[in-house]
Amino acid sequence: MARAVTTQRKLVYTIAAWSVALLIFFPVLWTILTSFKTETSAVANPPELLSADWTLENYAEVWGRTDYPRFFLNSVIISVGSTLLGLLIAIPAAWSMAFVPSNKTKDLLMWMLSTKMMPAAAVLIPMYLIFQRTGLFDTRTGLVLALMLMNLPVIIWMLYTYFKEIPGEILEAARMDGASLRDEVLYILTPMAIPGIASTMLLNIILAWNEAFWTITLTTTKAAPLSAFIASFSAPQGLFYAKLSAASTMAIAPILILGWFSQKQLVRGLTFGAVK
Amino acid sequence: MGKIVLNSVRKSFGEVDVIPGVDLTIENGEFVVFVGPSGCGKSTLLRLIAGLEDTTSGAIVIDGSDATALPPAKRGLAMVFQSYALYPHMTVRKNIMFPLKMAGMDLAEATKRADAAASVLNLTNYMERKPGQLSGGQRQRVAIGRAIVREPAAFLFDEPLSNLDAALRVNMRQEITELHQSLKTTMIYVTHDQVEAMTMADKIVVLNAGRIEQVGSPMELYNHPKNTFVAGFIGSPKMNLIEGPEAAKHGATTIGIRPEHLEVVSEGGWSGVVGLSEHLGSDTFLKVTTDAVGTINVRAGGEVMLRHGDRVNLAPQANKIHRFGADGKALA
Repeated sequence: MARAVTTQRKLVYTIAAWSVALLIFFPVLWTILTSFKTETSAVANPPELLSADWTLENYAEVWGRTDYPRFFLNSVIISVGSTLLGLLIAIPAAWSMAFVPSNKTKDLLMWMLSTKMMPAAAVLIPMYLIFQRTGLFDTRTGLVLALMLMNLPVIIWMLYTYFKEIPGEILEAARMDGASLRDEVLYILTPMAIPGIASTMLLNIILAWNEAFWTITLTTTKAAPLSAFIASFSAPQGLFYAKLSAASTMAIAPILILGWFSQKQLVRGLTFGAVK
Repeated sequence: MGKIVLNSVRKSFGEVDVIPGVDLTIENGEFVVFVGPSGCGKSTLLRLIAGLEDTTSGAIVIDGSDATALPPAKRGLAMVFQSYALYPHMTVRKNIMFPLKMAGMDLAEATKRADAAASVLNLTNYMERKPGQLSGGQRQRVAIGRAIVREPAAFLFDEPLSNLDAALRVNMRQEITELHQSLKTTMIYVTHDQVEAMTMADKIVVLNAGRIEQVGSPMELYNHPKNTFVAGFIGSPKMNLIEGPEAAKHGATTIGIRPEHLEVVSEGGWSGVVGLSEHLGSDTFLKVTTDAVGTINVRAGGEVMLRHGDRVNLAPQANKIHRFGADGKALA
């Protein structure tokens, strides 16, 4: 028999959920708050909240001192570009693994995932040298390629899970109806998997947007995205917490907004296939 | 046109021979039913004809040309699946028009054909709905609509009625039969339900373990089963297969008597006790445990009012006894 959820129990759960959410969100919240303080207020001990001097000066200075639009544009190109390129490769790959599996498919999927377990620092030097020698260093193309390769296993895994949910008979019906492989993918598989493709896309844009290790290592100025923009504020003159926070807020704001508006899609994407 | 010839068609999955080798000719316009128990290879055989599975060896000839290596789309066949396999993101209209779009037909002609199919199948009012908004029977009609608009050389049905409830199944069975009568196109229909086979087919192919046990018209199979497998599979309730001294009296290892060919007599015959008695009004089905031949099924008239525990005498109609040898094959 289903247990009635009492109002009291609901209240406890709600408070618990909000507490955990706030705990997770706290660093972001603190960064946003700090970005509106003066440098003195930002480093005050004990931390100031109500008594702090609020200001927009940090944003004005960060905007004036750097070329934010260029960093922003680089971030957009790199994250969206690497995701689209990844999807282009992953859709056929996931299709073949889901619908024409061989006895090595499972091993292949595990092998792909295992590459994500390798510490990035382990391939830092070879990657750096390859990028230098092939002229990909500090180029958007280079970063698009690097981040695409980095996230490809995740994209293939997510799409594979989605495609597995599509009954094979529907694709067979399309084949009987005269659909070529291209038609099958274009008119049947992709439209049916659109929710899955959309959430895979969103998640990978977020992953690529937030990636810092490679984007900072493989760029200097031209192709540097917002992660490098933040890093540039922890530079030689010392740490200016308020300005650093303003820069961080400006860097994460677009993806935070995107995440907020697409949270339904994201949650659906991440839990897809978990419950039949 | 829609003549399909299978020449020594074989299919193996790894070491397992699912279809060890089948020879069969399906004439143009025939309604052929593949029937057999689960796992007998009937669906695999249909999928081989459709091109959804590759043959291990042998040839499939459609209208005189070898189609063995052709992809499904190039065989000119249409298939209706057990799960309907409709495109859930498309409306009924788009589902029906999909094969025409793939064939590159112009929109006006495609629309005309889709509307015609919809009117035949009573789908006109549902054309703008998505499959999720339809009942099981309507979905099956859409699947049939999608098949008929192509005007294929033959229709392939893979247990199309098994997901429907009993009443709807009878209706759809009749609709498909009428459709065949009006279209006069070859139809190959797979089912495990021998009632569907008997009522719909021009020709029944009984399969067992990937082999064809017998091919013939429903009445041929009913009246002259070639072996004990076909004898036991065709007919409902099942034929009684009796071994031992009673069979030996007729010069056979096994004799077969259909439940409807046993008569309740006042004396003589096989005496037994009624175990189960089902009164259907028109018929009475009895399960009788006899002293001479063990438990047998009897189909008596609706007026027979025997109950559990009653003693009864049963006599087989002499000219309706089927005789089988030690190898299970019918004796002349």
